[in-house]
Amino acid sequence: MANQTSSHPAHVHHHFVDSDQQFDTAKMGMWVFLVNEILFFGGLFCAYIVYRTWYPELFSEAAHELNTLWGAVNTVVLIGSSLTVAMAIRSAQKNQTKGLKINLLITIALACVFMVIKGFEYSHKFHLGIFPGEYYTFTGIEHPQANIFFSIYYMLTGVHALHVLVGIGLITWIYLRARKGEFSSEYYTPVEITGLYWHLVDLIWIFLFPLLYLIE
Amino acid sequence: MADAEVSNVKTLQVKRFKPSENPKSTFFSEEKGLWAWMTTVDHKKIGLMYLGSVALFFLLGGALALLLRTELLTPAKTFIEADTYNQFFTLHGAIMVFFVLIPSIPAALGNFVLPMQLGAKDVAFPRLNLASFYIYVVGAIFTFIALANNGLDTGWTFYTPYSTGSTSSVVWVTLGVFILGFSSILTGTNFITTVHKLRAPGITWGKLPLNIWALYATSIIQVLATPVLAITVLLLTMERTLGIGIFDPALGGDPVLFQHFFWFYSHPAVYIMIVPGFGIISEVITAFSKKHIFGYWAIALSSLAIAFIGFLVWGHHMFTSGQSAVATTIFSFLTFLVGIPTGIKILNWVATLYKGSIEMKTPMLYVFMFLFLFSIGGFTGIMLGSLSADIHLHDTYYVVAHFHYVMMGGTLIALLAGLHYWWPKMTGKMYNETQGKIAAFLIFVGFNMTFLPQFIMGSQGMPRRYYNYIDQFTPFHQTSTIGSYVLGVGFLLIAYYLFRSIFSDERAPSNPWNSRGLEWQSTSPPDLHNFDHTPVVIHGPYDYHKPMEEFQLGLAASHNGHGGHGHGESVEVTTETEKA
Repeated sequence: MANQTSSHPAHVHHHFVDSDQQFDTAKMGMWVFLVNEILFFGGLFCAYIVYRTWYPELFSEAAHELNTLWGAVNTVVLIGSSLTVAMAIRSAQKNQTKGLKINLLITIALACVFMVIKGFEYSHKFHLGIFPGEYYTFTGIEHPQANIFFSIYYMLTGVHALHVLVGIGLITWIYLRARKGEFSSEYYTPVEITGLYWHLVDLIWIFLFPLLYLIE
Repeated sequence: MADAEVSNVKTLQVKRFKPSENPKSTFFSEEKGLWAWMTTVDHKKIGLMYLGSVALFFLLGGALALLLRTELLTPAKTFIEADTYNQFFTLHGAIMVFFVLIPSIPAALGNFVLPMQLGAKDVAFPRLNLASFYIYVVGAIFTFIALANNGLDTGWTFYTPYSTGSTSSVVWVTLGVFILGFSSILTGTNFITTVHKLRAPGITWGKLPLNIWALYATSIIQVLATPVLAITVLLLTMERTLGIGIFDPALGGDPVLFQHFFWFYSHPAVYIMIVPGFGIISEVITAFSKKHIFGYWAIALSSLAIAFIGFLVWGHHMFTSGQSAVATTIFSFLTFLVGIPTGIKILNWVATLYKGSIEMKTPMLYVFMFLFLFSIGGFTGIMLGSLSADIHLHDTYYVVAHFHYVMMGGTLIALLAGLHYWWPKMTGKMYNETQGKIAAFLIFVGFNMTFLPQFIMGSQGMPRRYYNYIDQFTPFHQTSTIGSYVLGVGFLLIAYYLFRSIFSDERAPSNPWNSRGLEWQSTSPPDLHNFDHTPVVIHGPYDYHKPMEEFQLGLAASHNGHGGHGHGESVEVTTETEKA
C-alpha cells in the first residue's frame, strides 16, 4: 500500500493509488458480496434441512415429480457457461477482444438456454396444478404436506433463477463494454468480478440439483 | 506490496504537513448546491446525509415514544385507542431499530470518519456508498407507505402466525426492511474492503484506531447476518402473498422456525448497533484522558470475539417458545460467554482513565454515562440469560428496561459522545459547551427516571406491550412518563445548540481536543479529498506521549494526486515505515 503515485491511467478512480490497488479492492469487494449471497441462500438451505428431517418420505416421493433428465441438462449447460466465462476472462487477460466477445455471447446464450428449460419445467408443473403454497391443487402425491416440498422448491429455484437473470443482464453489459473496446490486459476488472458472480450462481445450482432432483 | 519479496521495509521521504487553521477550500465550499449533494460520491457528504435522515427518523420514533408514555399515564385509556397504541409501539420499535440504531453509527458517523482515520481519500466503492444511501431512502418510503396505509401492529419482530394474518400492511414494511438490508450489506462490504485495501502508508493492523476495529467487526456481522434477515422477510412476504406455508402449521410449516430465522439476524443486529458504539468510546476516552489506551489488543480482539459469539446466542430470545431444553441450556451458557469480552472492554476503559489527565468536556460526560448505563444494561442481560429468571421476566417491562439500557444507554449515548466529539470536524463549528453539559445532565436524569422504574415493575410482573395495567403499577408508569419528557427536553436542547452552532461564527480549530487521531490532522471541516497530502503514520493512534508534530507527516513527493503544492513547511524526518 506504500506505493507512490506515478501515473493515473483513465480507468483508475481518483481515490486509488494505482491500477493494482483498484483491481485488488474490486475483487475483494466481490468476494465479500459473495459471502453475503451464500448466507442469503443459507436461510433457504436451512429451511430445506429442517423440513427434510421432518418429512423424509415426502421429499423422496415428491422428488419423483421433478424431471431429472432436464435438471441434468441444465447442470451441464450452467457448468459449460462457467467454462466460457472463465475463457472470457482469459481472453481479456491476453488482449484477445474477439475471443472475449465470443465467449461472453456463448455465456449469455447458455444462460438463456437454462432459463428456457427452467421455464418449461415450471409450466409443466403449473399444468399439473403444482403451484406454490395455498394454490397447490396437485393430487398425485399422497403425503398431506406435499405443498411444503414445492414451496421450498419454488423458493430455491426461483431465487436462483432471479440470480441467473441478473447475471444475464450483467454479462450483456460487460459484452457491450467489450464491444466498445474498454477491456484489455491492463484493465479487465469488471469482466473478472462478473465472472466471480457467475461462478457462484453456477455453484449454487450444483448444490440445488442433487438436493432437489437426485433424492430418491 | 509488489516488491514484498525483495524487502518488507521501504524508505519513505516524508515531511510535516500542519493542518491549516483557516482552510481556503473545504468539502462544503466545493461541489455546492442541492444537485451536487444528491449526486455526490464523497463519503463525508454521504455521511452527513445519513446523519440528517437518522436524526429525522429519531425525531419520529422519539415522538411516538412520548405518545406511548403519555398514554400510559393512567391505568385505563388516556387519549388513544388500543389499536393505535399497538401501531405506535410497533412503529416506535421498527423505526428505532431499522432506521435509527442500525445505520446511526456505521453509516452516519462511520462513513464520515472511517476513510479519514485510514488516511484514505474515500471508501473503496464511493458510488456503491451513494447507492446504499438511496436504498435506505427507498426502504424508508416503503415504510411510510405502510404508515399511510393501515399502519403496522405486529411488533417490530413480525412474529408469525400473527403477522401472516394481521390486516395491517405487513408486506410494505417487510419489503421496506428487505430493501433496507441491502443498504446495510453494501455499507458493510464497503467498509471491510476499505479497511483491508485503502490504509495509508504506515497504518498496520496494530496501528488501526479502535474505532476502525469496531466498525470492521460490525461490518462482518452486517455481511453475515443481514442476508438471513433478507431471506426471512422474503419468506414472510411470500407467506402472505402466496401462502407458501413454511411458517404455517396448518400447511405443515413451523412458526418457531420464523423466530429462529428472525433472531439469527436480529440478535447479531444488537451487536451491529452496540459494537460501533464501543469504537467511539475508545476514541473519546483516550482523547480526553490524554493517555494511551489500556489493552489495545484486548479491546480490538474483543470486538471480533463479540461479533463471533453474537452469532451463537440467538436462542435466548426463545427460552419460552418451545425449543428443546438442551438447546435452551446451551444458548443460556453461550449468552453468559458474551459477558466476558464485554467485561474486558469495560475494565480496559476504566483502566485507561487511571492516572490520565481527564478533561470533563461534553463528549467525555457521555462516555461516563455510557460506562454507567451500559454496565447496568449488560448485567441485567446476564440475569435475563439465566433460564429460571428468564421464565419469570420474559416479556415483562424488565426486558424493555434492559434493552433500553443497552440500546439507548449504550448505543445512543455513544452516538452522542461521537457526535459531540466529531462535530467540530464535521461542521467546522464549535457548539456551546455549557448547553452541552446541561443537555447531558438532562439526558442522564431523564433516562434513569424513565427506565429504572421499568426494572422494578417488570420484576413485579408488568407485561410489556400492554395498553392497560393494574393500579399497583401507576406510580412507576407515571415516574417513567415524566422521565421520558425530561429526556425529550434534553434531546431538543441538543438539537437546538447543534443547529445554532452551524449558523454561528465560532469556527472550530483543526484539532480542538488535541487528539492524536489521524482524522484530526485535516482541516476543520476537511478538504474535499480529506488531506492535501498522502498521510504517513509512524505512531499508534493513542500515543499521547509522542509530540504532535510526528502525527502530521505526509509523503514528501506526492500531493495526493490532485494539484496544489502542499502546505509542507520543510522536510523534517526521513523515516522507515513498515509496509502495511
